[in-house]
Amino acid sequence: MSGAGTPGAAEAHVRYVLRLADTSLILGQRLGEWIGHAPALEEDLGLANLGLDLIGQARLFLTYAGELEGHGRDEDRLAFLRDAPEFLNLTLAEQPNGDFAQTIVRQWLIDSWQLQIYEALRASSDARLAAIAEKALKETRYHHRFSAGWLMRLGDGTQESAQRAQRALDELWRFTAEFFAADEVDTRMQAGGIAPDLAALAPRWSALIDEDLAAARLRRPVSEPYAWHGKRGIHSEHLGHLLAEMQHLPRTYPGARW
Amino acid sequence: MPSVPLERLAPERERAVWGLLAGVPDPEIPVLSIVELGVVRYVRAEQDGRLHVGLTPTYSGCPATEAIRVAVREQLDQHGHADALLEEVLSPPWTSDWLSEAGRQKLRAFGIAPPQEPVASARQLRGAPPVTCPRCGSRASERLSEFGSTPCKAHYRCTSCREPFDYFKCI
Repeated sequence: MSGAGTPGAAEAHVRYVLRLADTSLILGQRLGEWIGHAPALEEDLGLANLGLDLIGQARLFLTYAGELEGHGRDEDRLAFLRDAPEFLNLTLAEQPNGDFAQTIVRQWLIDSWQLQIYEALRASSDARLAAIAEKALKETRYHHRFSAGWLMRLGDGTQESAQRAQRALDELWRFTAEFFAADEVDTRMQAGGIAPDLAALAPRWSALIDEDLAAARLRRPVSEPYAWHGKRGIHSEHLGHLLAEMQHLPRTYPGARW
Repeated sequence: MPSVPLERLAPERERAVWGLLAGVPDPEIPVLSIVELGVVRYVRAEQDGRLHVGLTPTYSGCPATEAIRVAVREQLDQHGHADALLEEVLSPPWTSDWLSEAGRQKLRAFGIAPPQEPVASARQLRGAPPVTCPRCGSRASERLSEFGSTPCKAHYRCTSCREPFDYFKCI
């Protein structure tokens, strides 16, 4: 893929779908790290189930991106044989799990974002994207119910849980500027009726965030002007480590089958 | 192809295939067939002379999706429908509303509480609806987890007979 410069319509389309795919895939991989380590069996199951849905959504998006690209890359090749700069996930998705509060805050922020994106994508001129979004939306509503429920229990729980939830929120908030920072891929897709106008989604996301934060008795941090650029392939230091683990098997034993 | 006109042959063949698919169990909840689960969306003899079978995944990441596809392929191949085409259907997305009445009864008999109400009324965000215990029939139950042993189930406990049970999620 080409680096800087304006992408053509076809290339922008592939990149747009990869962004959706990679955000789900990387977040799903992170959630998988909790298996066997969550604070309670129920939450272990819960986080693993969220991860499973996300990886399922990622497979649908990746398969489609591979078809659009037309170079014969299937979901596995895209997931396991790309290097970090080729991944186009939101930077927040790759942030480490931290403690349970950090995982929940990260989840809730992305769930709230995916809710807006998938709701809007149902009206996309791209019928395949609309169908995947419609399916993913049902699952995302369930995810948001889980993460917002936990945000409330942590924020309005004990002094310790409230402190940790607020700390996680203060730490992760800076990554949310990227959610609505439209670049040339977004604007090109919007012009073609494929993607929604990010600027129009931002207030809806913000209102949902405020509603959940009020219920959780947490403070909304002050926004910073700087936006991260994971969706352009410029990542934090954490993605490489995550990929090393995720891609280890297929890279060490190319073509291995069960 | 035999010389019988397609429109005369089609309904019979479609019916036969529906019957075959009703014999394919869900790999994770084997008391249910994939037809009762609502996973088979259509069986159509089309103009190309081939049978088209539409399958939809319950959840995007459900590992059973692949197993169902393999089982359907095998069932059709073994019964003279090797030319049938399997198609993945994403829209409209699967909903627990598509679970048949017979399927709901089988679930209950198997110890899994079926979805309590149509999805349309499930915008009840934090308030979960009361779930009837499949063992003793009591409505006094509590939710232990939104998630369970498979993507389609949540985990509950009956506060009357004290037994834990699975609840088929309403989605």
